[in-house]
Amino acid sequence: MVDQPELLTALMSVWTAGPMLSIALTLGAFIAAQWLFTYLKRPLWMPPVMIAALMLAAVVALTGLGFERYEQGARWLTILLGPATVALGIPLYQQMHHIRALWRPILVTLPLAASLAAAYALGIAWMMGATPEVLASLAPKSVTAPIAMGITEELGGSVSLTLGGLLITGVLASLFVDWCARWLKITDDRIIGFALGLNGHAIGTARAFEISHTAGAFASLGMGLTGVFTALFLPLAFLLL
Amino acid sequence: MVILRGFLVLVVFFLLGEAVRVLAGLPISGGVLGMVMATLTLMVRGRVSNELAAASQGLISVLVLLITPGVVGVFFIVDQFAGHWATVVVALVIGTLLSVLTTLLLMKKVAGQSEEGNGHG
Repeated sequence: MVDQPELLTALMSVWTAGPMLSIALTLGAFIAAQWLFTYLKRPLWMPPVMIAALMLAAVVALTGLGFERYEQGARWLTILLGPATVALGIPLYQQMHHIRALWRPILVTLPLAASLAAAYALGIAWMMGATPEVLASLAPKSVTAPIAMGITEELGGSVSLTLGGLLITGVLASLFVDWCARWLKITDDRIIGFALGLNGHAIGTARAFEISHTAGAFASLGMGLTGVFTALFLPLAFLLL
Repeated sequence: MVILRGFLVLVVFFLLGEAVRVLAGLPISGGVLGMVMATLTLMVRGRVSNELAAASQGLISVLVLLITPGVVGVFFIVDQFAGHWATVVVALVIGTLLSVLTTLLLMKKVAGQSEEGNGHG
């Protein structure tokens, strides 16, 4: 009979030789998180990506797999973020008729609001003495993840810190838009949706689709335009500072 | 096959984006440049093919899967950014509240002025 720990070590080295263990774990967590999210009646404060990440972090830490080995294998998945970012351009094109219908408010609001979404947080962090790495990681906080990861890499921040910031921002934006819209007596789904997408990227957009289809369409629009605007101007602004 | 053809288009645009990034020396990721080029191409063509729409929809529906490994990393950088977490949380909470308020007020003011009567506000 083979020694138990020895067998485990042997299995581990076979499984971690290729990326398949990381891929299986990530896929499994993704599917389990979707199920759990529905089972918990879609809580605003606990998006599926947070559930999946918590489960994976626990498995990676407890089994002794370690984050580095997990990440090496998972890179086979994250590499697809490049073409996935390009894919975001297709719904953006399909939303074009909304842009034409409301081009004036969008043109006025978007550059200002998207810049402020980054500037408020950066200003506060800067006043509190954040390091350049932390600032670079927080800068794309309202931008959808695949674009934000590209921005952070260009600025020299930590991608993991950015993703943590994105998660917090998305959850907060969903809650704040709810409260503020009620307080300001805004009931126009187009405005609520746009604010959700602009500030809360994919998490806010998912929330907007729960409100109505119109809100969802405007959230996708807000998310897409904020992503493009921030990706084009933030790195240039950072160069000037 | 159909989806693969659309996927090929996406990958080619990504490669073009990377090429532009390097050749023009832009500090913008190849994916974003590829996305902008894809949108502009579609605007010029005036329509989107079924295979491209299907491939992009497929990739977008698994976006959460693709970013999950990066999010897992957050739990393993807790020590690396020790002492910064209070800053990060305060900046995100107050910053997001202010920017949500700004967006809603701006949109309400500007959209209210050019109201075309097709909302229900």
